[in-house]
Amino acid sequence: MNPTLVRWLQAPSIILLLIWMIVPLAMTLYFSTQRFNLLYPERTGFIGLSNYKFFWTDPSFMPALLNTLVLVGSVLTITVVLGLAVSLLIDREFKGRGIARVMLISPFFIMPTVSALVWKNMLMDPNNGLFAAFSNALGFTPVQWLQDMPLFSIIVMISWQWTPFAILIFMTSLQSQDQEQMEAAELDGASFFSKFYNLTIPHLARPISIVILIQMIFHLATFAEIFVTTSGGPGVQSTNLTYLIYIQSQQAFDVGVASAGGVFAIILANIVAIFLIRAVGKTLTV
Amino acid sequence: MTDKQRIILKNRIAVTFAWIAAILFFFPIFWMVLTSFKTEGQAIAVPPQLFFEPTLENYLEIQERTNYTKFAINSLITSFGGTLLALMIAIPSAYAMAFNTGKWTKDILMWMLSTKMLPAVGVLMPIYFLAQKFNIYDTKFLLIVIYAMMNLPIVMLILFNYFREIPKEILEASRMDGTSTFNEIREVVMPLAWGGIASTALLSVILCWNEAFWSIVLTTTDASTLTAFVASFQAPEGLFWAKVSAVSTLACAPIVVFGWLAQKQLVQGLTFGAVK
Amino acid sequence: MKAIRNTALCLTLGALSATAATAGELTIATVNNGHMVEMQKFTPHFEEANPGITVNWVTLDEGTLRSRVTTDITTKGGQFDVMTIGMYEAPIWGERGWLEALEFSDAYDVDDILPAMRGGLSHDGNLYAAPFYGESSMIMYRKDLLDAAGMTMPDNPSWGHVQDAAAAMTDKDNGVYGICLRGKPGWGDNMAFLSTMANSFGAQWFNEDWTPALDSPAWNHAVNFYVDLLTNYGPPGSAGNSFNEILALINEGKCGMWIDATIAASFVSDPGQSKVADVIAFAQAPQAVTTRGANWLWAWSLAIPAGTKQADDAKTFIEWATSKEYIELVASENGWGSVPTGTRQSTYDNPNFQEAAVFAEAELKAILSAEPANSTQNPSPYVGVQFAAIPEFQAIGTAVGQQMTAALAGEISVEEALEAAQTAADREMSKAGYY
Repeated sequence: MNPTLVRWLQAPSIILLLIWMIVPLAMTLYFSTQRFNLLYPERTGFIGLSNYKFFWTDPSFMPALLNTLVLVGSVLTITVVLGLAVSLLIDREFKGRGIARVMLISPFFIMPTVSALVWKNMLMDPNNGLFAAFSNALGFTPVQWLQDMPLFSIIVMISWQWTPFAILIFMTSLQSQDQEQMEAAELDGASFFSKFYNLTIPHLARPISIVILIQMIFHLATFAEIFVTTSGGPGVQSTNLTYLIYIQSQQAFDVGVASAGGVFAIILANIVAIFLIRAVGKTLTV
Repeated sequence: MTDKQRIILKNRIAVTFAWIAAILFFFPIFWMVLTSFKTEGQAIAVPPQLFFEPTLENYLEIQERTNYTKFAINSLITSFGGTLLALMIAIPSAYAMAFNTGKWTKDILMWMLSTKMLPAVGVLMPIYFLAQKFNIYDTKFLLIVIYAMMNLPIVMLILFNYFREIPKEILEASRMDGTSTFNEIREVVMPLAWGGIASTALLSVILCWNEAFWSIVLTTTDASTLTAFVASFQAPEGLFWAKVSAVSTLACAPIVVFGWLAQKQLVQGLTFGAVK
Repeated sequence: MKAIRNTALCLTLGALSATAATAGELTIATVNNGHMVEMQKFTPHFEEANPGITVNWVTLDEGTLRSRVTTDITTKGGQFDVMTIGMYEAPIWGERGWLEALEFSDAYDVDDILPAMRGGLSHDGNLYAAPFYGESSMIMYRKDLLDAAGMTMPDNPSWGHVQDAAAAMTDKDNGVYGICLRGKPGWGDNMAFLSTMANSFGAQWFNEDWTPALDSPAWNHAVNFYVDLLTNYGPPGSAGNSFNEILALINEGKCGMWIDATIAASFVSDPGQSKVADVIAFAQAPQAVTTRGANWLWAWSLAIPAGTKQADDAKTFIEWATSKEYIELVASENGWGSVPTGTRQSTYDNPNFQEAAVFAEAELKAILSAEPANSTQNPSPYVGVQFAAIPEFQAIGTAVGQQMTAALAGEISVEEALEAAQTAADREMSKAGYY
């Protein structure tokens, strides 16, 4: 294809995203150096890096950073593994396949706040919830999910919602797998695992990277699930970076500090992205 | 046991597990829909009730209190508008990148993704100020633009993935016939990648539909979507599990229907083995 | 150049934008609680009585509403003509000049509004928001269980007595817990309750010089008592419980006692949703060293943002929605048990209301005894019972609330929690330049 044409085709998306990135980013960087609290409109002016220092020295900052990474890492692992397994299971003809497919994707249709409400109250509540009823029926003490393992509970909720995303991508990609090759391997007596490692995984390498990269962006900014279920507690056990920014932005209404927090979030996202690109990015253009 | 029997048995086991997974994944939604037909008292009952006398009171109450249709139409317009806009920008770009992958392609894709790294809660004020300044606050136009830009990197990345799966030989064959680029996209790439485009569109629509941050911060009445509809029933003072279940059922019903229609498209195309 | 470009953009985009609200159209932001939902349903009555005015409702949950209206008012967004705000916002925003001072006609009878409510919604003698419904906090308990234990619950019992009663009512094998209290972090969640409890132990949020006072022995006693009480006699999962979660528990008969908003009384005594409706009784909030500040005060109120073009219509609406006539209208349609309470003396004087609402007397007593300007045993510089009406309080309250939840979950000791809370509060206060 003509290189000029290639450039013209790519230009709209690149230019639009450039504007979409630079304008808010520039404003965020500017605000982050200003004294800017919505509730004190009369206090203005340049204050250097004070906002950054305030955010950085928060005793909750390091735990929140760690929680953010644990959350992203766990959800990525769970969704990719589970998503692979399920999409392989349904990659065959069977009666009611369409229904099964919609059932599997449907958690992704539910709004995050609603999903959090359903999990917190109707499933995980140690008194009224369904899990507690099962535990009681089996003679166990119900688990206090959100009190004793808050981060894990949130990971479960998010994984439930996002595994369908992985399934959707993998399922579609598996369609293009060379069936003749698979059948040939089958006839050669190749085991399931050898087929999986030698044929399926290489075929799905790019979709897997894409699922990981896209999910990373979303889970770094997890908010609704935390807000609805634990409000970041107990202590800071389920507080992530986004939640810290939320407290500054929507409870203190301190735009300056929130912007500084936003800059930290970008830096973190970039570090994670570089790490992930090293690990999986190679497959993107193979 | 013959090979054929073995394969059939393996298939049966796989299908059983597929159904188990489908039921487990679907269960919380089933439970939510079930709860929407309970009274508030039944919703909190211990142990939870599976069998009860269903009631429509939650749905009637919702109908009395709010204008569901208005919110649903706004959701439809903004989700599909945003998705369409994103697809229109992304399809040519992703096509160019997929079939002319260069040294920078990976970096451009990664950079695009990085535009999503600023958490929404951190850029709330900049976007809010801009919306006010340009007097487009509380308009569907604003939401469509934001949704398109928000999803563009993701749409690009996923489309790129599916386009890459199209064997180059097919394109080269059509090019020898002297097809123009536009026609090549329309007549060769789109039909071949139809399943991929459908699943990308579905994903994008879902992400817009469930977007609960900008749609609440940047709208008041004229452009409010179903997320605001849900927020008006969420966590009031008093019992609300049954009502919020009914509200959520209504809020996600249209998209489940859409997902049902789309899933048949998802598996079309992308069967290149035979073409090769 | 820049101006030209902006104008050009505005012209293009302006063509696509929605037209500003037309005259006579009021946009009202409100919280999704029951009484407001009823108000929404009664809107046609208002529109009929005031031809030319139509009402658009924006109903949101409390957290979302607070973000939206605060952002709007501080940036002069002008999206709302009437805002529903609480007793926390009214004095702060009034002081900043962001709200129109409210002056009503004689027929409105502003003196009928309970003095505590008027005081909490005023700044410098000007009323900035009209209370739509108000609440305090009190003890709600299962009389049947307490009778069985041979105990009684006086008004303002000591916390020791509350503990004894909780111990007597607890029957974990049958899933009955002596006491349920808020534990979910948040300035309006666990800290609303814990502040009143701490007040009764003689604690306060800030010293006279605005330094946080969370490291005081009084806070330590209060929080230790709270954690012990809930650990021994509370339900599992208390760290995630706030108003609604506990309401679900008590309505299922799982709590012996609950100290929370008086508005809860109308839910727990409603046989339609509560299994224990006929055995619930009420008492005034417990005390340790003082009753001052032992019960909170809150009102969801209607206010007009300064600079709205429709101030007159907005005032007409507020006057209607918070009037005696509105209360009578609700009574005539839904019965006296369903009227918004906690605002007007005349409501409590009405024999029909007294008969319909079993909690009327206890609620009025609680509201009348709350004094936002004088809520701590030792002098304090702030106004507010369960909060300090300063802009920094939301962030401080939430951070402190998280630490209290950690102590409740047994993750850290009460001492560690209070130390971390003190640090968090100190950081916010010094950032804001109090010292």
